[in-house]
Amino acid sequence: MGAAHTIGVKGAAAVEAPELVRLVEQAKLDPGPPDDEPLYAARRHVYAQSVQGTFRRIKWTLLLFTLGVYYLLPFVRWDRGPNAPSQAVLIDFPNRRFYFFFIEIWPQEIYYLTGLLIVAAMTLFLMNAVAGRIWCGYLCPQTVWTDLFFAIERFFEGDRREHMLADRKKLTLKTAASKIGKHITWLGVAWWTGGAWVLYFADAPTLVRELATGEAPFIAYAWIAILTLTTYVFAGWMREQVCLYMCPWPRIQAALTDEYALNVTYRYDRGEPRCSVKKSELLRSQGAKAGDCVDCQQCVHVCPTGVDIRGGANLGCIQCGLCIDACDAIMRKLGRATGLIGYETEMNIQRRLKGEPAIYRLVRARTVIYAAIIFITGGIMAYALGTRDYTGVSVIHDRNPVYVRLADGAIRNAYTIRLLNKEQEPRAFMLSVAGIGQYDLEIIGEPGREILVGPDQTRAVRALVTTREKLAPGARLNLQFVIIDSHSGERTETHDHFVGP
Amino acid sequence: MTTHDHNIDKVTGTPTTGHEWDGLQELNTPLPRWWLWTFYLTIIWSVGYWVVYPAWPLLSSATEGMLGWHTRTAVVEDLAALNVQRGPLVAKLEAASLDEIARDPQMLEFARAQGRAAFADNCAPCHGTGGSGAKGYPNLNDDDWLWGGKLADISQTIQFGVRSAHDKSRAGAMPAFGRDKILKSEEISEVADHVRALAGLSTERGFNPEVGRKVFADNCAVCHGEQGKGNRELGAPDLTDRIWLYGSDKQTIMDGIRNGRGAVMPHWAGRLNPSTIKALTVYVHTLGGGEK
Repeated sequence: MGAAHTIGVKGAAAVEAPELVRLVEQAKLDPGPPDDEPLYAARRHVYAQSVQGTFRRIKWTLLLFTLGVYYLLPFVRWDRGPNAPSQAVLIDFPNRRFYFFFIEIWPQEIYYLTGLLIVAAMTLFLMNAVAGRIWCGYLCPQTVWTDLFFAIERFFEGDRREHMLADRKKLTLKTAASKIGKHITWLGVAWWTGGAWVLYFADAPTLVRELATGEAPFIAYAWIAILTLTTYVFAGWMREQVCLYMCPWPRIQAALTDEYALNVTYRYDRGEPRCSVKKSELLRSQGAKAGDCVDCQQCVHVCPTGVDIRGGANLGCIQCGLCIDACDAIMRKLGRATGLIGYETEMNIQRRLKGEPAIYRLVRARTVIYAAIIFITGGIMAYALGTRDYTGVSVIHDRNPVYVRLADGAIRNAYTIRLLNKEQEPRAFMLSVAGIGQYDLEIIGEPGREILVGPDQTRAVRALVTTREKLAPGARLNLQFVIIDSHSGERTETHDHFVGP
Repeated sequence: MTTHDHNIDKVTGTPTTGHEWDGLQELNTPLPRWWLWTFYLTIIWSVGYWVVYPAWPLLSSATEGMLGWHTRTAVVEDLAALNVQRGPLVAKLEAASLDEIARDPQMLEFARAQGRAAFADNCAPCHGTGGSGAKGYPNLNDDDWLWGGKLADISQTIQFGVRSAHDKSRAGAMPAFGRDKILKSEEISEVADHVRALAGLSTERGFNPEVGRKVFADNCAVCHGEQGKGNRELGAPDLTDRIWLYGSDKQTIMDGIRNGRGAVMPHWAGRLNPSTIKALTVYVHTLGGGEK
């Protein structure tokens, strides 16, 4: 009973008696708006059926490839010499370094990450413009791990039909054992996933040994525990719920698509009206139209997110193409043409219904723009990496005081000079300044003008520049700071000012 | 009211909420129940915070929490952890002589960083954050030192202070020649001009060099020296250089002669630990004026 009705009846106290009776009667008859409907629904469990076919093969291949990369990459070695770690991919937080094969990134070069994110986002957009959510269907970690967990589930509890039947019946020792086996295997995979994650943050073989002997730092165990939990919960329990209720990409994707983007689509121009094989033969013999869809529900049964693709474009569809495999298998059995479900556009279905030829347009404004942004950003990044400086110098002028008058009237300015040595060898640099006539240069802690900087390190020194020249009042001279590699002669410079009274 | 019924959207087969805006209806898609359970779980989790951490305000304090966690103790623990981390370098600093610290790049860098922090905490109120000084408070960046600019001299000044309460304090003050009626006003004026002349500054018209020189020799030279070059044993400044602690104009100089000078620097021995005093010494020495 709707609350609004109750209020309406109470508020009608001033209404004449027959009218009141009529309202009460009406309220009894009218079921009212569905205010009493639950705001929350129990999750409908998805029992995805196994399937064979082209897209399934692609998915297995990508699964093996991506998981292989993820689990094994930390063990790949890369020789950088004696002063640097030999792990190909390493995020070295304590030393603030990121290593990726031949690339080494310092914290101040984190802007490379911006480029990487732009390229990643544009690649996602380009994928979407070409063929919809292929990221979701084939490459997203959520999809890959869920796929793996589905396979484990089928191994222990059987395929869709067997699993559903077992779940409906009372729990027996056999089904309980298979469930326990499944969960243990899931947890094992989840644990291995978390274990591989931490290997990217420390030397992998050393950390594996430490983990095994219980000597690893607490943070490593904590992260393994967290990722074990998230993997187990997301891939084992949450599955399509993550895509439907947690992931923002389906919403963004819906706003980025256009009429030329290929999506997994049911070709209803060909499939409708749905009817059984016998009925379609009868209809066709009478010259009436009969669709190719026999309503076998195979496309729904294999779907990992429980979507009926025949309902049209759907937020829940991750476009993995497994329904295509399922439908094609049925069509082959029936001796009908495959491709009742396929990567297609709604526009082409409409065109075929009107008897017009289908249009496929890969090259269009948005794909060209996305590709161009990827190419340009990638090019800039490659250039920046290729011309990366292995030497750097920066100067900070003392702010307080900006200048110092010495006893004999000479004027001194003090600077903090930071030298960067991004090479894996210790290097010595000669410091000199230019832009002022006669001057004295003193480096605190160094008897000469040579500064040693350790491998892959920075060093800050305090330098004093003193002049006895007569400066104009309020003088502000442009001062060049030059460092020259004592070994290679490589020259790097920067500038600051010499300030007078 | 009677227009409401269980509407079913024809396209999706989903019930609508029954609300309609200009012909648009809203599908009633219930949220999965686990969202609700997650919400309840967060509420239960928050109850845990009430129990474990300080939470409920009482009349004069707050509930303590099972862990006994406190922001103050957390800071103390963090500082203790930092001291443990710095321990080896601090020990090295304590063991090394000042000269050894100045020669070793690693110890020098550590001492300068420690010294800079200690300087900002203890010295900056008088000497300025960069040690640039002020009227009556020496600039520590220049090469003019009242009590000496070698590491040992600086260390002694920091430890025992100048005219401080410490027994080993550096002592010696400029007497009040005018106030104590040692010199007459005319003599003070003449000797002030003489002091400016020593530094190569202009003198007033009618200045009698003979009188000024005689007054200086009789009264000032005992501390500042015949040539006015000063005496670091007594903290008497060099009057011939370009650096003036209080100012070089005649009025300021006369004021100093008439009323004397005796600025105080407190002693830090016993208030700062030995390694901090060493770090401060090295830091001040490396500001620019340190003497070998």
